Amino acid sequence: MRRQLLDFWVGLFVAAGIAALVFLALEVADLTHLGWRGGERYQVEAEFSNIGGLKVRAPVKSAGVTVGRVAAIGYDPQIHKAVVRLEIDGRYRFPADSSLSILTSGLLGEQYVGIQPGADTETWQDGDRVWLTSSALVLENLVGEFLLGRGGGGDGAR
Amino acid sequence: MADDLVVVRGVTFAYEERPVLFDVDMAIPRGKVVAIMGLSGCGKTTLLRLIGGQLKPQRGDVLVDGLSVPSLGEEALYRLRRRMGMLFQMGALFTDLTVYENVAFQMREHTDLPEPLIRDLVLMKLHAVGLRGAWHLRPAELSGGMARRVALARAIALDPMLILYDEPFAGLDPISLAVIGRLIRTLNDALGATSVVVTHDVQESLKVVDYVYLMSEGRVIFSGDVAAVHASRDPYVRQFVDGRPDGPVPFHYPAPPWQEMLDHDYA
Amino acid sequence: MTTLERVVGLVGRLGAPVVDAAVGLGAATRFFLSVLAASTSCLRRPRLVVRELYFIGVLSLAIILVSALFVGMVLGLQMYDTLVRFGSEDIVGMVVALALVRELGPVLSALLISSRAGSAVTAEIGLMKATEQLSAMEMMAVPPVARVVAPRFWAGVLAVPLLTAIFDVVGIFGGWLVAVPLLGVDDGTFWSQMRAAVDFRLDVVNGLIKSLWFGVAILFIAVHQGFHAEPTAEGVSRATTRTVVRSALVVLGLDFVLTAFMFRGFEGMG
Repeated sequence: MRRQLLDFWVGLFVAAGIAALVFLALEVADLTHLGWRGGERYQVEAEFSNIGGLKVRAPVKSAGVTVGRVAAIGYDPQIHKAVVRLEIDGRYRFPADSSLSILTSGLLGEQYVGIQPGADTETWQDGDRVWLTSSALVLENLVGEFLLGRGGGGDGAR
Repeated sequence: MADDLVVVRGVTFAYEERPVLFDVDMAIPRGKVVAIMGLSGCGKTTLLRLIGGQLKPQRGDVLVDGLSVPSLGEEALYRLRRRMGMLFQMGALFTDLTVYENVAFQMREHTDLPEPLIRDLVLMKLHAVGLRGAWHLRPAELSGGMARRVALARAIALDPMLILYDEPFAGLDPISLAVIGRLIRTLNDALGATSVVVTHDVQESLKVVDYVYLMSEGRVIFSGDVAAVHASRDPYVRQFVDGRPDGPVPFHYPAPPWQEMLDHDYA
Repeated sequence: MTTLERVVGLVGRLGAPVVDAAVGLGAATRFFLSVLAASTSCLRRPRLVVRELYFIGVLSLAIILVSALFVGMVLGLQMYDTLVRFGSEDIVGMVVALALVRELGPVLSALLISSRAGSAVTAEIGLMKATEQLSAMEMMAVPPVARVVAPRFWAGVLAVPLLTAIFDVVGIFGGWLVAVPLLGVDDGTFWSQMRAAVDFRLDVVNGLIKSLWFGVAILFIAVHQGFHAEPTAEGVSRATTRTVVRSALVVLGLDFVLTAFMFRGFEGMG
């Protein structure tokens, strides 16, 4: 009798704990929306001359839809460029001449990798390397170019 | 000598630097109730713990049923302890279990007996100490004498061959005292066990025991049966048995001469 | 000669606490191993663990629920107050969830459990020692480490991550309560910002790994202090105090070490 009551409470407690874990996984961390996590996926590598503030695990988007994540970021000392490895959901295939760019969501938001699909009939395969990239817009460079360009124009006119 | 269940041979023991027992020899014959008496702090309880294997002597040996307790491995020691029962000074009942579960504890831990059989055994043991009706109480609800009796029922749960009592008479009212005294005797004889009673209660224990060891400052200073105790002219035995305030055991704690102490600054 | 003696004396005096600490650590390690070795009793008799799960888990539930609700509400309020200055109050859900799941959930639950259940475990085992119950058990050929210590240890190690998960969820709910119905943050934005930012492995799993280690630390300190308490009323009370103080220090120190490990881990190139 007393033993059953004790079991009841412990059972309730363990169930509540597991329910909390499930809630954290599904509702808070949104494991369901990363359905591709469990499914097939492929990786491509892209060379960028500047990745700005891109971070590992940043989203990879095409037409605004998240299709993958940045798996790793490294530096290739031979070509002096950043090498970004992208992990993309296997359900989405992109033409081999698609291009990549590093974009910013909003003015101060996080940076992500955008895919502009090309027109090739061939598609990216696992392990491919992509050269068609445009770098992140670095605010300091932009400001510098703007100032230099304006100053130079002024000199020429005089 | 082959009929001694417990043999203590030349045992010397010290806690850290504090020596407690010096070259103690003792023999506890099978089937008897033997008292180990002495003043508080003379090493009686230590001796019990040596017999139970909770302490190991620095020198000497303790034999129980022919087995050398200090040299037993953990497995063998635990097997030996299943044949011993011990009554602790304060009862040491498990406070989170009922009286019934306290007595059933060892049966559940050590046997696969079916529940109805455990019930019968527990009620029998409780009946033997007169507390069958108290099976549902918790230790906090028991009086001192009742707690001691429940602890006794628990100690005899597995019908031990050797029962060890650590101060069974301490802090009991006169009726409980008589009840415990009689139980020690009757249970020992009914179970065919051997009992070792460590106590400083002379009057009560002399009524029930067969043989007495008297200890002082870590040594056995007298041994004999009850008649020998009464007949003894030894001044220490007389002081202890008759409860005289002064004698071989002085009233005063050792102190320096008066003049010296009066000159001392106590602030 | 006298200089040498002085140097030796100095080293000796400096050395004594170091030697004591090393001896203490060695004894604790030995005890830890003996608890692990005795843990098969918990597998053979899971009922022993279930009983302790009640005392450690279920009875800690009330303090965990109430604290988590208030912590979440305060977080929601504070974060909203700061974020609204930048017009970013939309991400209040994300900030509350990240703070709870990564740090506050594991650490606060651990501190609460150590003062609610850890101290109780120490006091209980200490009292059993002081009243010779452990000694009696030994004389009944039942090893107290297997019967008394191991079940409490494992029940606690199991209960702490579960309580932490409950703390996280209730805390997030508290944050939601303040942000959405009270301060008017959009319900959909609250959840979607949170979902976009909280990562399952990096945030949720790492937080739970932390709490698992906290559980091991708290419960080991509790059973160790109880089992080795001086068997007097004063000794048990001192041991109980030590359990709470040491648990708090160890949890906070361990939190720093584990966090440093986890966040170095994911910045590097795979």
